[in-house]
Amino acid sequence: MKEADFRDNESLELFKQSGGNILMTTIDAVIDWGRSNSIWPLTFATSCCGIEMMATGASRHDFARFGIEVYRASPRQADVIVVAGTVVNKMAPVLKRLYDQMSDPKYVIAMGACAVSGGPFFYNTYHVVRGVDHVIPVDVYIPGCPPRPEALLYGVMQLQRKIKLESMRNPRQTVELK
Amino acid sequence: MDNAALKERILGLVPDAEFLENKQFLTFVIPPAKMHDLALKLKFETDLAFDYLFCLSGVDMVNYLEVVYHLESTTQKHQLVLKVRTADRENGSVDTVCDIWRTAELHEREVYDLLGVKFNNHPDLRRFFLEEGWIGHPLRKDYVDEVNIVEF
Repeated sequence: MKEADFRDNESLELFKQSGGNILMTTIDAVIDWGRSNSIWPLTFATSCCGIEMMATGASRHDFARFGIEVYRASPRQADVIVVAGTVVNKMAPVLKRLYDQMSDPKYVIAMGACAVSGGPFFYNTYHVVRGVDHVIPVDVYIPGCPPRPEALLYGVMQLQRKIKLESMRNPRQTVELK
Repeated sequence: MDNAALKERILGLVPDAEFLENKQFLTFVIPPAKMHDLALKLKFETDLAFDYLFCLSGVDMVNYLEVVYHLESTTQKHQLVLKVRTADRENGSVDTVCDIWRTAELHEREVYDLLGVKFNNHPDLRRFFLEEGWIGHPLRKDYVDEVNIVEF
C-alpha cells in the first residue's frame, strides 16, 4: 500500500462523508490522538501467534514506536486485546470474561487464521472456536498463519486510524452479545 | 544394563510378556493383571531402578485400547517401553501406576479424558482437558461429532 493511500483511502472518505468532519471537534481530535497513540494491549497469547506478537514487541520491530506499548497482565488496565492464537471451547468463557473486565473504550484485534476463522482447525476438530468473533466483537482482523510482525504492526495502525475517527458525540457502540 | 540383559530380566519377571521386534526402544506387551506388580519391581529393584516415567500415552487400535509406558532409569541409563492392551472398550481398565510414579496421575487423567481408558485405584480420575459433562472420548476412532467434524 502506498503512503498516500494509507493516509486517505476510500474507507476514510466514507467515514468523512458520514459526518465525521462536521462532528469532529478539536477536543475529539486531541482525545483520539491520545487514545490512538497509547493503546495498551492485554497479554493474551494462546499459541504460536503469541511468539510473533512477542517478536513484534521486541527490539527489532518494537511496536512501542506506535504507542502500543506496555503489555498489561490485568484486563482492567488494557485498551486492546490481541487475540493471538487458537481459542478452544473451554477458553471461550475466559476470553469473554477478560473482555468484559476491560474498561471502555476497548478494542479487539483478531491475530492469525485461528482467531479470524478457526484456522487450520476449521474442520475435523471437536473443540476449537471457529473465529473469535463468535465470542467477542472484533475491530481488526489480521490474516496469516502466523502473521509476520509487520502484519501485526499494520493491523495496529489500522486500529489507530479507526480510533482517530471516533467522536465524543457519537461514541463507539459496544456490541452486546446475547 | 544393556538391552539383551534387560530383555532377559523382564522375561524372567513376567514370563508371558510378549516381546515386540524392531522397535526404537525395548518393547514388551504386558498382561494387564501383571502390570502393577511389574511396575513395582521395575522401580524398586536396584539393578532395574526405573525411576522416571517419561511418557504415558494411550492409543486406540480399534480392536483394543492400549496404554504405553515409556520408562527410563536415570541411574542405570537404560530405557524400556511397556504396553498394556485391553479389549473391552467400554469398561476395559488398567491398574494405575500413579502410586509408583506420581507423574502418571495427570497422564492417566489425560488418557481417560481423550480415550476413555479407566484406571483402577486412581485417586482422582476425572476429565482433564475437556469440560465436565462432555459426552464421549474424542480421540477414539469411533467418536462421532456430527456438528463439528466433516467426514470425507
